Amino acid sequence: MEAFTVVEAVVAPLDRPNVDTDAIIPKQFLKTIERKGLGKHLFDAWRYLERDGKQVNNPDFVLNQPAYAGAQILLTRENFGCGSSREHAPWALADYGFRAVIAPSFADIFANNCVQNGILLVRLPMDVVDHLFHEVAANPGYHLRIDLPAQEVQTMGDSRYPFPMDAGHKHKLMHGLDDIQLTLQQEDAIRAYETQRRQSAPWLFRDESPRSGQI
Amino acid sequence: MSAKTLYDKLWESHVVHTEQDGGVLLYIDRQLLHEVTSPQAFSGLRAAGRKAWRIDANIATADHNVPTTDRAAGIVDATSRLQVDTLDQNCAEFGIEEFGMHDKRQGIVHVIAPEQGLTLPGMTVVCGDSHTATHGALGALAFGIGTTEVEHVLATQCLWARKSKSMRIWVEGELGNGVTAKDLVLAIIGRIGTAGGTGYAIEFAGPAVQALSVEGRMTLCNMAIEAGARSGMVGVDAVTIDYLRGRPYAPVGKVWDQAVAAWGELHSDPDAQFDAEIRLEATDVAPQVTWGTSPEMVVDISAHVPDPALEKDPVRRKGWSDALAYMDLAVATPISSIALDKVFIGSCTNARIEDLRAAAAVARGHHKAASVKVVLVVPGSGLVKAQAEAEGLDRIFRDAGFEWREPGCSMCLAMNADRLEPGERCASTSNRNFEGRQGAGGRTHLVSPAMAAAAAIAGHFVDVRDWVVH
Repeated sequence: MEAFTVVEAVVAPLDRPNVDTDAIIPKQFLKTIERKGLGKHLFDAWRYLERDGKQVNNPDFVLNQPAYAGAQILLTRENFGCGSSREHAPWALADYGFRAVIAPSFADIFANNCVQNGILLVRLPMDVVDHLFHEVAANPGYHLRIDLPAQEVQTMGDSRYPFPMDAGHKHKLMHGLDDIQLTLQQEDAIRAYETQRRQSAPWLFRDESPRSGQI
Repeated sequence: MSAKTLYDKLWESHVVHTEQDGGVLLYIDRQLLHEVTSPQAFSGLRAAGRKAWRIDANIATADHNVPTTDRAAGIVDATSRLQVDTLDQNCAEFGIEEFGMHDKRQGIVHVIAPEQGLTLPGMTVVCGDSHTATHGALGALAFGIGTTEVEHVLATQCLWARKSKSMRIWVEGELGNGVTAKDLVLAIIGRIGTAGGTGYAIEFAGPAVQALSVEGRMTLCNMAIEAGARSGMVGVDAVTIDYLRGRPYAPVGKVWDQAVAAWGELHSDPDAQFDAEIRLEATDVAPQVTWGTSPEMVVDISAHVPDPALEKDPVRRKGWSDALAYMDLAVATPISSIALDKVFIGSCTNARIEDLRAAAAVARGHHKAASVKVVLVVPGSGLVKAQAEAEGLDRIFRDAGFEWREPGCSMCLAMNADRLEPGERCASTSNRNFEGRQGAGGRTHLVSPAMAAAAAIAGHFVDVRDWVVH
């Protein structure tokens, strides 16, 4: 997983609250058995139009506008990523090239899935997000710099907006760590927990407890 | 010892290790696997040369992609077939028990696990599916996870987690006739919003919740995620124990007695403190219908499509306007005048036997309106289907012109062939009315099973409380 330290990039504005994971990546693309290649389907229903049986870019959708080409930072509204737990949503965002999303709030499962995929979620107050939407609209090619070690969003005009961050998530993102390796360092603790639970709650272990067995 | 919430008890009994920064390694008792969110997890294990940590903690079924029509010929769509075949192969390779597409126990993962007694009180239950919250109805801590976490649980039987805040939603009084758990949970979401529960674990409690069957409690907990909460739960009582007794994977004999004694503790202590408390009067809840593209956009059946101009917050006002445009609804339209093209009765929210009984009670002796193109009834599992047929419910539905299908997720998310065409309007007992959820361009109104059946017959929404049962 790519480590995240500082990203300076074009900001794409998606001015809608409650953008759900069905909108981020519709169900017809969940049939893949791979993690890669979902970027072209990101925001599919908004991004493309059907014209004479062919799929064409919707010129009104933000990601199709030349000003936001190469955007790596998505600016959006509250409760981004609500709905389905599909990790295909962060896979699609990452595959498209987004490294960070700025919003007042994010849905819980989506937020967890982003950490697993090196995407930084930046929570900024509503008024700051509002201000950034105005700046993006007023300044074509608007850039922001996100400094994860300093936990700051920095504008080119040198305004600085601090953002909160879970210490564990920050560490993981900055080092691009894989959890399983880290967890297996606790193998003895897991085994000890299981031994104790097998005695105190054997019904939790299908190989320990008798079952009625009828269907 | 200070008083504890149910969530405190469930959480504390699963802590394996705590890091200095407060991160907790939480033990997972049960993982449910389905074909959509597991292939990349198994590939990850294989690539790293890892085995499943505890095979018996896992159970798998194919539900999202399976056809609900005759299955003898298999799955026509090649990509759906590949995903289902991949699950079969992965389960065989890793030794995980699976209820395959042709097993009579197959069904929606959140229906079959409680039905089989695979979900038990006091468990931590996870699945790569946000509606895992359903299992909290049995006094379990259950929540949805992503695929990377599915792999992590397969490899380690644990997850890194941080404790959520706690919220109790207390429902006083008694739900009226014709008002169901679905109406209650939609009314709750309408009140607190789709982000109202974000960061919280929600416990549903109070007389109206205790009066619900376990199946009704599952409907309630199922949609905790639509209120933003990863998990919903209900404390264990005699209703829970009665539900579990004799289930195939529930313990028996001395171990059952031991389990029942332990489960008796699985409720919030009387003095327990919650980070947030919400109170509702059950008698205030009417049958609910969503009008927009978020579950919080919901009103009583007697109401009208609301005017965005009444919403003070500009972001929300725009959200309402966008939703009305997508739904092709005019301000002030009476909800009861909204005409439907299709009706869907099914999903992990409302496809259990009691849901089908409620729909059948309304449909009995009637026929769907000619203007309604299709009414799909999709049972939650093969066993729900068999039970419904034993009770003659399939006959009632068929006589009413409804289609009686094979079990699966079906038109809740339209990953199989069951879907809305662009512009079609559907009364649905599922859980999400997002844009395109039931098919690109489709328009979804969420309702209870009885309300869906009544709408199918009338051709438009009606107040099921006024329905004459034949």
